[in-house]
Amino acid sequence: MDCNGYRQENHDQNLFPKPKVLVLEPPPVFKFHEDKLSQKFHFLKAWDSPLPLDQFLTTHAHSVQAILSHGTCPVTTNTIRLLPSLGLIVTTSSGLNQIDLQECRRRGVSVAYAGSLFSADVADIAVGLLIDALRKISAGNHYVTQGLWANNGDFSLGSKLGGRKVGIVGLGSIGLEVGKRLESFGCNILYSSRNKKSSVSYPYYSNVCELAANCEVLIICCELNDQTRHMINKEVLLASGKKGLIINVGRGAIIDEQEMVRCLIQGEIAGAGLDVFENEPHVPSELIALDNVVLSPHRAVHTEETLMALVELVMGNLEAFFSNKPLLSPVILDE
Amino acid sequence: MESIGVLMTCPLHDPYLVEQLEKRFTLFKFHSIPDKAHFLNSNKASIRAVVGSASAGADAKLIHQLPNLEIVSSFSVGLDKIDLAKCRERGIRVTNTPDVLTDDVADLAIGLMLAVLRRLCQSDRYVRSGQWKRGEYKLTTKFTGKSVGIIGLGRIGLAIAKRAEAFSCPISYHTRAEKSDVKYKYYPSVVELAANCQILVVACALTEETRHIINREVINALGPKGVLINIGRGPHVDEPELVSALVEGRLGGAGLDVFQDEPNVPEELFGLENVVLLPHVGSGTMETRKEMADLVVGNLEAHFLNKPLLTPVL
Repeated sequence: MDCNGYRQENHDQNLFPKPKVLVLEPPPVFKFHEDKLSQKFHFLKAWDSPLPLDQFLTTHAHSVQAILSHGTCPVTTNTIRLLPSLGLIVTTSSGLNQIDLQECRRRGVSVAYAGSLFSADVADIAVGLLIDALRKISAGNHYVTQGLWANNGDFSLGSKLGGRKVGIVGLGSIGLEVGKRLESFGCNILYSSRNKKSSVSYPYYSNVCELAANCEVLIICCELNDQTRHMINKEVLLASGKKGLIINVGRGAIIDEQEMVRCLIQGEIAGAGLDVFENEPHVPSELIALDNVVLSPHRAVHTEETLMALVELVMGNLEAFFSNKPLLSPVILDE
Repeated sequence: MESIGVLMTCPLHDPYLVEQLEKRFTLFKFHSIPDKAHFLNSNKASIRAVVGSASAGADAKLIHQLPNLEIVSSFSVGLDKIDLAKCRERGIRVTNTPDVLTDDVADLAIGLMLAVLRRLCQSDRYVRSGQWKRGEYKLTTKFTGKSVGIIGLGRIGLAIAKRAEAFSCPISYHTRAEKSDVKYKYYPSVVELAANCQILVVACALTEETRHIINREVINALGPKGVLINIGRGPHVDEPELVSALVEGRLGGAGLDVFQDEPNVPEELFGLENVVLLPHVGSGTMETRKEMADLVVGNLEAHFLNKPLLTPVL
């Protein structure tokens, strides 16, 4: 670039400085795409500072208008109250339980999220974990790579997926994608959700326990909130029966994990495929010891393609906010 | 029918099948007989049926040694271990187990695709070994929307296509002749199909023509971002070529349920994170194996009672 060009860019930079965005904890997307995001925005990194959060906010972020958050990074009432100019919280997650939405509503703070960006990837993992659990794909691969097929003979039989009744807990964007996929495998889809969905012909159960009693596979696709915390409890697990399988791609705390472990050990349910746990990254050692369980390190959304799309979405939402345009993926806050 | 001799040529351990056969016939388990030549000499007159599978059936040599053989009932849908020409010549009936295993094999094909692209097996190990406590698992490749190319569009090929469509995967295929009633894109050669899809699935029968249908040229066309799924037969693939392509990174990944010389699998593949290896479990569910066994026994019974065969090939 020649001297004139350089001066022009610097001049523009002073006239139009990069908008400031507060980040409390680094979102996973930073690990791969911080450079790209930093081209357009100046990030105030609370976690990098020696100051406790409250002090950091009042000292360095008092005038900040936007926060970039992620799924496990709480944006509390307190934080929001310390930021009088806050107008937007962008989260890289589609889940919202980490944000005090009531306070946002009260203050008129907009929230943008990942919407249905991840739905296909999460649905793919849900179906993958289910096929793996039933057909013992991870266990079979382990059998071969440990040299056991040549030495010990035939591997044990799995169970057929086709014809099974599958209960989807939470028929939002992810649940619908799961249902669509499993229908093609010849599964019969049932569901439970906060409300019955008139546009869908799957049989509806208002009660998760009843759903469990009427199907052989439960797939958890709902969000974590006060109503769904430990919703999958002893009663529900026992209702799904000894051939029941549970797949969780929602949040660990939706299931009473200790109870699920007990049921698995005692054969009250047949198996599980889990991408999420109550206390990540810690997984109960009893689960690790079981061979009828497939484990996944909370990465249902972590594909290269989707992460790229997420970066574009985050940037698009921030750009829209700072230029007073409609957000690309706003959360509807009035309920 | 107890005096009818049935020779089981495959090392089948399916207890239900064995039990059902022993109830009705005199069952000989060829695999566990030490002196096979002597055994055949002494018992050939009484053997009127052979039960085979994907691992062993009835080749020309065996058929020649069984003068009273009337029927070969295979515990598989594949017929590559049976000398069909010889059977035709001798008027020997042949049956297999179509339809009952279609869903299971198609389910497994999709399961392998998901396992390879989303690293299901590796990430399961990652959690079990405690590595998750030290850091997040890396990014994987999205499956939804990837283009899937299918070699062979019979029952199993179509079932795979139907499932992949639910994941918004564009479908293309190659068969001997283009199918007029099918909406998927046709490619007249396997190489062209491989060059135009991201996931290539082998779902055709193993015959003289399809042996090594996956060769170096096809593997190169599929390329370093391409994934091969084999739920057909090991000999569909030039295995040493496949191994070197995977080891050298010329092929993006593979999900294999079948191998050249089962149960022996090339050990160079064991440590590759983009490869999933299964011990030939395509039809390996309790439900389907029972249905297959019922078909094998049902066909034999029908034959010896002079009734129409349930699922005849010849």
